[in-house]
Amino acid sequence: MGSILSLTTFIPMVGAVILGLFLRGDDNPAQSNAKWVALATTVFTFIVSLFILFRFDPANPDFQFVEEQTWLLGLKYRMGVDGISILFVMLTTFLMPLVIASCWDVTHRVKEYMIAFLVLETMILGVFLALDLVLFYLFLEAGLIPMFLIIGIWGGKDRIYASFKFFLYTFFGSVLMLIAMVAMYVQTGSACIGGCGEGQVALLTYNFPAEPITLLGIHIAGGMQTLMWLAFFASFAVKMPMWPFHTWLPDAHVQAPTAGSVVLAAVLLKLGGYGFLRFNLPMFPVGSEVMGPMVLWLSAIAIVYTSLVALVQQDMKKVIAYSSVAHMGYVTMGIFAVNQQGIDGALFQMVSHGFISGALFLCVGVIYDRMHTREIDAYGGLVNRMPAYALIFMLFTMANVGLPGTSGFVGEFLTLMGVFQVNTWVAAVATSGVILSAAYALWLYRRVVMGELIKEGLKSITDMNRRERVIFAPLVVMTLLLGVYPSLVTDLIGPSVTALVGHVETAQAGYAASVSFAEN
Amino acid sequence: MIAQDLQVILPEIALAVYAIVALLAGVYTGKDKSAAMIVWITAAVMAVIGLWIATGSGTNAAFGGSFVDDSFARFCKVIILFSGAVVLVMTQDYMARRGILRFEYPVLVALATVGMMFMVSAEDLLVLYMGLELQSLSLYVVTSLRRDSVKSTEAGLKYFILGALSSGMLLYGASLTYGYTGTILFSGIIEAAGDDVSIGLLFGLVFLIAGFAFKVSAAPFHMWTPDVYEGAPTPVTAFLSTAPKMAALALMARVLHEGFGGVISDWQQILAFLSVLSMFVGAIAAIGQTNIKRLMAYSSISHMGFALMGLAAGTTFGVEAMLIYMVIYITMNVGMFAFILSMEKDGVPVTDIGALHMYSKHEPLRALALLVLLFSLAGVAAPMLGFFGKFYVLRAAVEAGMTWLAVAGVIAAVIGAFYYIRIVYYMYFGQDREPLDAGGGPILWVVLMGSALIMIVGVINMFGMEPVAAAAAAALVN
Repeated sequence: MGSILSLTTFIPMVGAVILGLFLRGDDNPAQSNAKWVALATTVFTFIVSLFILFRFDPANPDFQFVEEQTWLLGLKYRMGVDGISILFVMLTTFLMPLVIASCWDVTHRVKEYMIAFLVLETMILGVFLALDLVLFYLFLEAGLIPMFLIIGIWGGKDRIYASFKFFLYTFFGSVLMLIAMVAMYVQTGSACIGGCGEGQVALLTYNFPAEPITLLGIHIAGGMQTLMWLAFFASFAVKMPMWPFHTWLPDAHVQAPTAGSVVLAAVLLKLGGYGFLRFNLPMFPVGSEVMGPMVLWLSAIAIVYTSLVALVQQDMKKVIAYSSVAHMGYVTMGIFAVNQQGIDGALFQMVSHGFISGALFLCVGVIYDRMHTREIDAYGGLVNRMPAYALIFMLFTMANVGLPGTSGFVGEFLTLMGVFQVNTWVAAVATSGVILSAAYALWLYRRVVMGELIKEGLKSITDMNRRERVIFAPLVVMTLLLGVYPSLVTDLIGPSVTALVGHVETAQAGYAASVSFAEN
Repeated sequence: MIAQDLQVILPEIALAVYAIVALLAGVYTGKDKSAAMIVWITAAVMAVIGLWIATGSGTNAAFGGSFVDDSFARFCKVIILFSGAVVLVMTQDYMARRGILRFEYPVLVALATVGMMFMVSAEDLLVLYMGLELQSLSLYVVTSLRRDSVKSTEAGLKYFILGALSSGMLLYGASLTYGYTGTILFSGIIEAAGDDVSIGLLFGLVFLIAGFAFKVSAAPFHMWTPDVYEGAPTPVTAFLSTAPKMAALALMARVLHEGFGGVISDWQQILAFLSVLSMFVGAIAAIGQTNIKRLMAYSSISHMGFALMGLAAGTTFGVEAMLIYMVIYITMNVGMFAFILSMEKDGVPVTDIGALHMYSKHEPLRALALLVLLFSLAGVAAPMLGFFGKFYVLRAAVEAGMTWLAVAGVIAAVIGAFYYIRIVYYMYFGQDREPLDAGGGPILWVVLMGSALIMIVGVINMFGMEPVAAAAAAALVN
């Protein structure tokens, strides 16, 4: 069991290599083989990750299963998992088989498509498990390449514009973070995030200097911490994406193939939230204190503004994309509320959003595969021909709105509760987003599914086939299960979140004490 | 005494003697018919001398301290010799098929290599100048090797005139330095200059740096690079963009650290300026290029900017970062040129990037290798060796308190990433066009794949290069 984390991470890569080396030809049997190999690989990865879950001790807030190998430049190849990252690992391994299954009808360069998704899975798992700054950065950036290709090769009409926008936006965010990482490394002489060996500084608990500095005539409260906080923020806010850094997301979503959209919404967007929880908050507590109110307000604006934007979209994928931005607003808000409810809620919201938005994009994919358009106006009255589809779409629309009993409710409720204790105004503004989300989601649903079936082209549309129902089944189960039994998640993350909040509060109090001591 | 001195420069003597023997053999035997054989023998000789140098140890000075053989010089020489040998081997077939494989080609490359070996070992201004000129003159000639092509001769002439101008500036700087310190030995300069330089010596320093900047094609002294890269036969471009860059940067590092090591703050700003300008000029000007050779010219300008960032740090670690950066850069560039050499259609070489549309469909493996190299060249975007090159120089800059330089560097890297991934976009999701020939031959294929593989596998431990580079840097900066 010594290297189960590396094993989990690199199984998909091995599958990709096998596909690349041993699969020849582009005829039907070869394509089918490629799909089966990819599906088997992702399912196997999920099974292996279940072992991590069962052996994981939720009561222990430290990193577990830590592996370490010496690497270049005093860096280490170090992996480990705690209550926060295990959640994302499980989310990823759980969703990837569904993603692979959802692209069963793809016929264009199937082998490469499967390889791209498998490589992507390795990179995402690596991000969540890496405990070394540079290792983390490498996995994070490497994930861009397969996603760039997925959008660019298999995407829609404007795929080239969208793929470049996606790549350059996220890349630009990351390089500023790279500088901050180098600076941290130079400052501490260690690139270890946590779970370090003897005599090494753990960045998670290191106190970076926070004395105010003046740079180019600007007074910066929180000093170096604030600067580094901003550098990391540049990366994660784009990845998240937070308003106003979100403009790449609708383009990328609309142009990406269905499976690409699902991965993007369900997993890749979570990298930003994970980054905030792993870097910004614990490593720069004073910086977070200085910049926290700004994040809260940006989140509130995001929730209201993008919900309004979602209302007027003509394209179904765009509605869901903007709704994702709004839901990520709850996440950032919860994180920077810095209390147990807020962060629990943010994590819960991310997981639940992974299921719900993934399912919604799959719902769009189902009818897109049949009609080859995503225009809302091209549909209407689908319930007459597709009852099963109408039911499932209904469920996830309700979950997206945050109906009690679905997982969407728990996340929104917890984050709002967390924020209310910190900033009542932000909480009040954000709550209005709940109503707006009901407006755009239900309106979308009414226009697509309800009403009379009058459009000629839709008269012969068929309901979901067995494969599609099988794909949705696990998502339905998870959405409802987490909705009625949320402690499944909160028990897992609880101790780690408690430790995180405790650390941040101690550090902030310590800094405040040192400031008031200096003033006296 | 003289025997000991000769012992130290035995590798240089061996290569020089070989070059002359090969020249005579070429003249008296089959002339251009024996050229292919001479190329192979030259490459073998260079590789053997490289291995021989790699076994050396310690610091040995010769000729009253004018020439030194230390681990820094050995590191650079090994890289220069091996990259030269690989370039020779992989270009032989291309030259032969274009009918420009003259027997002078390997001889001139060998002579240029001797010049570079002198450059990296130079301990006084005269040896420096002689090595530099031997290298440059040989390169001017090979640049215009395709005598019946206007572009090639124009490139040679341009290179010669601007090269001569830069040599003039270098000489002017050298004479000023001599005038104000009374010595040409680097060790003497550092003593005479102390930690405070007179205004005259400062002028000398600036002229020296300007001369070097020409040779490494750092902006704003980069104007010759795109034209020469484009006009020269592609094999010569491949050579120009690898070994001479290493030699010139090593020379620069040696002069600055051994001659002016006491006044780091005086040259640090100049180098930082050159570095920022090169990174941005290289990144921005390359965006509009459609000729892949011109694109590689701007790419190399940008890469030189990053290498100079390591040097600008003015620390031991900075020199180490610069060395590592250069080794990685040369490996990537050799792979890139192995690919460019194989680009042809109906037997005619193609240099237009547009020809790569949907390349991945026809040649999936080559396209994948090129993808790896391009992302590696882009640097900060991917888990390949190119990233570590940049990571080292960025760290050196931040450690030396030049965070602004590092920030400028990564911004330039983002801009630069655009044109590298544009090639990826052509290859993977461009329009369908008539495919290129499956040309190139096995050697180019092996070099391309090898280079791409090194970029990935090297991430594990860089093949143990790090401690060697650290020792080399420590030998230079004391």
